[in-house]
Amino acid sequence: MWPGTAVRDTSRVLLTLTTTIRPATDLGYLLFKHPAKAQAFSTAAGAAHVFYPAADEDVCTAALLLEVDPVARPRDGQHVSDRPYAAGSQLAVAMATVFRTAMTGRCDARPELAERPIPLSVRVPATSCRGGAALVERLFAPLGWRVDARPVPLDPEFPDWGDSRYLDLRLDGEARVADALKHLYVLLPVLDDTKHYWVAEDEVGKLLRAGAGWLAGHPERDLISARYLAHQGGYVRTALAQLAELDGATEESLDNALTEPVNAPAPLAVVRRQAVLAALREVGARRVLDLGCGGGALLRDLLADPAFTEIVGTDVSAGALAAAERRLGLDRLPDHTRERLTLRQSSLTYTDPSLAGYDAAVLMEVVEHVDPSRLPALERAVFGTARPAHVVVTTPNVEYNALFPALPAGQARHPDHRFEWTRAEFREWAGAVAERRGYTVRYSPVGPEDAELGAPTQLALFSRKEA
Amino acid sequence: MDLAIPDMALVVLIGASGSGKSTFARRHFRPTQVLSSDYFRGLVSDDENDQSATVPAFEALHYVAGKRLQAGRVTVVDATNTQREPRAQLVRLAREHDVLPVAIVLDLPESTCVRRNADRPDRDFGARVVKRHVSELRRSLGSLRREGFRHVHVLSDESEVDSARIVVEPLRNDLRGETGPFDVIGDVHGCRAELEELLDTLGYAIERDAGGRAVGARHPLGRRVVFVGDLVDRGPDTPGVLRLAMGMVEAGNALAVCGNHEQKLVRALRGKKVTVAHGLGESLAQLAEEPAEYRARVEAFCDQLIGHYVLDGGKLVVAHAGLPERYHGRASGRVRGFALYGDTTGETDEYGLPVRYPWANDYRGSATVLYGHTPVPEAEWVNGTMCLDTGCVFGGKLTALRYPEREVVSVKAHEVWYEPVRPLAPEPVADREPTALALTDVVGKRVVETAVLGQVTVRGEQAAAALEVMSRFAVDPRWLLYLPPTMAPAETHPDGDVLEHPREAFAGFGGIPVLCEEKHMGSRAVVLVTRDPDVAPRRFGIEGDGAVHTRTGRPFFDAALTERLLARVRAAAAGLWDELGTDWLLLDAELLPWSAKAGELITSQYASVGAAAESALPAALSALSAAADRGVPVADLLARMESRAANVAAFRAAYRRYCWPTSGLDGVRLAPFQVLAAEGATFHDRPHTWHLAVAERLRAADPDLFTRTRTLAVDTADPESVAAGIRWWEDMTAAGGEGMVVKPAANLVRAGRKPVQPGVKVRGREYLRVIYGPDYTEPDNLARLRDRRLGHKRSLALREYALGLEALDRLTRGEPLWRVHECVFAILALESEPVDPRL
Repeated sequence: MWPGTAVRDTSRVLLTLTTTIRPATDLGYLLFKHPAKAQAFSTAAGAAHVFYPAADEDVCTAALLLEVDPVARPRDGQHVSDRPYAAGSQLAVAMATVFRTAMTGRCDARPELAERPIPLSVRVPATSCRGGAALVERLFAPLGWRVDARPVPLDPEFPDWGDSRYLDLRLDGEARVADALKHLYVLLPVLDDTKHYWVAEDEVGKLLRAGAGWLAGHPERDLISARYLAHQGGYVRTALAQLAELDGATEESLDNALTEPVNAPAPLAVVRRQAVLAALREVGARRVLDLGCGGGALLRDLLADPAFTEIVGTDVSAGALAAAERRLGLDRLPDHTRERLTLRQSSLTYTDPSLAGYDAAVLMEVVEHVDPSRLPALERAVFGTARPAHVVVTTPNVEYNALFPALPAGQARHPDHRFEWTRAEFREWAGAVAERRGYTVRYSPVGPEDAELGAPTQLALFSRKEA
Repeated sequence: MDLAIPDMALVVLIGASGSGKSTFARRHFRPTQVLSSDYFRGLVSDDENDQSATVPAFEALHYVAGKRLQAGRVTVVDATNTQREPRAQLVRLAREHDVLPVAIVLDLPESTCVRRNADRPDRDFGARVVKRHVSELRRSLGSLRREGFRHVHVLSDESEVDSARIVVEPLRNDLRGETGPFDVIGDVHGCRAELEELLDTLGYAIERDAGGRAVGARHPLGRRVVFVGDLVDRGPDTPGVLRLAMGMVEAGNALAVCGNHEQKLVRALRGKKVTVAHGLGESLAQLAEEPAEYRARVEAFCDQLIGHYVLDGGKLVVAHAGLPERYHGRASGRVRGFALYGDTTGETDEYGLPVRYPWANDYRGSATVLYGHTPVPEAEWVNGTMCLDTGCVFGGKLTALRYPEREVVSVKAHEVWYEPVRPLAPEPVADREPTALALTDVVGKRVVETAVLGQVTVRGEQAAAALEVMSRFAVDPRWLLYLPPTMAPAETHPDGDVLEHPREAFAGFGGIPVLCEEKHMGSRAVVLVTRDPDVAPRRFGIEGDGAVHTRTGRPFFDAALTERLLARVRAAAAGLWDELGTDWLLLDAELLPWSAKAGELITSQYASVGAAAESALPAALSALSAAADRGVPVADLLARMESRAANVAAFRAAYRRYCWPTSGLDGVRLAPFQVLAAEGATFHDRPHTWHLAVAERLRAADPDLFTRTRTLAVDTADPESVAAGIRWWEDMTAAGGEGMVVKPAANLVRAGRKPVQPGVKVRGREYLRVIYGPDYTEPDNLARLRDRRLGHKRSLALREYALGLEALDRLTRGEPLWRVHECVFAILALESEPVDPRL
């Protein structure tokens, strides 16, 4: 629906490849591009130009300039696009077209040259990178490259804004030209980590082909695969992005329902779920609400135990519910299992009488995502309107944060945490809620307990007095 | 023969096959009112006589009947119903929907039925079936009332059937024809002196008997009293109160609904065994002093009181303990039970009293509901309902509400007549329940009725997206009383080097006077400020000074900074409170700088684009220069590249103008341009010059915080004026200004049935570089960008504008929060529409 014709006269994205092998001009044979010509190619990412800034016996440099339409409608949630300037997935797409034969390692004119490592220098002056220079080092150094990655400041006139996500990237080393191209083809989009196109099933095949011979043994194999294949989509995300854009928030800050706290070690999530299940079993709950179920990790555990006869997962994010449905494989579960589970959108700041009458409700790592000023509304919705016989609440114990080595002092475990409570603060809130709402409450630590700082997670089990 | 049926009834026809039920139903009811078992058999099996389809046919019939009864429609079930079980199911169905079940029995001779069946080719069952029906029917006749039928009409021969006439009678609670005006009075509990004083205050002339006792009261203007029940018990003079109230009711000067205390008093007077507690003993002792015939009159009066009244065309409902909407105008035991006793949670409080279920928090009906029963310190509106029991007998006050004026009138108790079990003290505001909004107030497909644009529809998936944003990021809904509508740009300029130009904006307003307002380089901000700390708890049910939020409802600043900002606004508004007769103000404004709120957007997008470009371009230029030096034909590419470098420099200059450092409130500026609402008033009918004059007074009071909005009035019908407007815009944008907003000078202006756009923006050439990217000014790119579709954006802007005005109207009319929130939520939901964000 937006003007889609390519603009032919714009070129920004740049990659140069230099060799000092003698005669250096043999690079032209390896790349199948004549050093005296300037050639243009049409690619899915835009028009690509190949030309040689230098080409003599000693030094030969090939340049790939990619033209990306600068005024096409940008990605959802953005006003202007950095794509015309920054190297990432689109440059990889262009490389796959322009250097397709070179990437296979074939070279009819200089077959022996194609087979052996030669000295190479690569420069990508605006490499989009989520993870900084350190990540570039982690990705390219294991492949034998010497890495020089310099951050580009966001704006020299506003030094306090810090660095942009772009690096002026230089790689030096000895490699077969085909391998160098494949490294870049896979790792530039991985560094970028923003997908400009839908990742389809054939991307798996592309990754395996381009990674043949080096990816399997790469120490960052998992990260590379995860980032390369990550995908996004769906109406809700589009809508959220639209809303985020209005306020100058980024889409990522909105949609965190599916991500675990970055600094929480995975086993803690497991221990926490076990603690919640133990609490539910202790009180004999059979009909259970998982309020703020997110991607459905706890729902999976609840489904696995037939003692839980009726399970309702709610989340405020329709996207999270869709993900939970997908991850649980709802459409493939046997009828008897599936019938025990209901997923639906609800909100903890609005009362929802259809949630009334259950044995127990779980608020696992949920309250800290609610603004303190909205906690009375949550209290009303959960303890007033839904009013189950028991409520299990877990939340981080902020005292324990000191024991997370990677977590800077004073920083929350997750960017969306509106607060993190000390044990005393949690008890103050929970005790007051119990008092006002006619519940008793007991507390227990979850996870490895430190003598002074307590456990990483704290759990409160509320029980309605007359229940 | 007249057959009376109540206006809200399930009519069950009973008769053997061939007794003429269908003919009877056809004659007396509309076809849509009659649900026939034969017809439903046909619906589910294609054969009206397929007896094997009976079970699904009745399931479908009951389902449809339920939907009709839910809507309060008289419904007739045409089936034999000679057996007890099918009738029991129908009685249950009627009770579920709180309507009265009525039986009409066609008790015709067996021979008649057999003969009629024989005449019908599709009825092949023999006389045996009819014989069985008739015998079942005869055995049932005596027990129909016991089964729950409130009216039983038996037609015993063909002449009775032929002469029957259906007479639909309104229910006793149906006084929709009574339009008042009324004075609705809360629980009196034997406080005769206070009642006389209140009636006097309300302007009633009290009539007295020879002994000086009040026996009636009449209002000179014909107003009437409605008592909410509990006239009796606890207080010093129950007989005196009854004498006055009965006199008023009998003379037509008052209506009264039954309270739980009247109900119990009747039982006690009849000698039933009741627990004498809660002040019943006082009544019985006082009545014992009265003559027996007076006691009999009291008993008769209290006995005939009904549970609730629906008055004034359905707009007013009075019930002693209140009444949820689903029970309005219905009749059943549980409706009366609720009206008299209310609902309890099943729990008891620290004083051993039952905890009342706060039904009014869930109330979403359009009728005003007035009630008593539970003493409250002050009569307050909750979702269009008000409890008028202000604990007179406990030393509080006796309260009346003037209807339709909605004015509260109270007189103080003369003394504490009865010690309350639970102290009658106001709850601290902090401990009060937050004003509850229900999920069902916002989710799913919704149609919001707006005064300006009629119905505005919100789709389910739009609401789903907004629910997340509203729940996770917005300020408390009690502060979120308005969201600004999106604004469309002027029609695209067809040629030259700009996309937007004042010419199209002026032309779009087709000759009406407009006001051009400078478009500030900031973020849209809605400011709610109160005069003092008491205002918000009282008016908005929340502690605090007000709120400053963005166009998606997020707070601009943390609580401390917000408080400081509001303190400055409050001080500057000092001269406005009395002038506008309000103690709170809702302002539409621009908050500067843009970087104060949009810092993340600027660094993650605009500055990033600049950084990437200025890193890639020099390298590309040097690579191309080197290639050109070698004689490679890249001269064109090189030349173009150099001109692009200039575009990027201009792009950086454009966004940098919107950024300056702030620290706390230092550097923060506020440019108000519209007074959205104040107590009891909206201002969208006042010209923009009035609004900006108010803004100017704020600026005069605090020039460091408030910033001026430059304006120019343009007569779009006058070419010279239009030319001046164009020059004004050109000068402003050439000097680095963002652009302007063109509004109808008179504010809300209609063109036909729809309002015209409340404003269109005309953005400057350099500002749009920030929006469309550094190279948008290249001629080829401009040509493509001109093909932008504005229709959707303009339509969205109008719908959001209508919703915003509706929110303000509802707010200033004092409507419940959920009614305001419905509109505000709908605006946010519409904003999830995928519209090109660059428009």
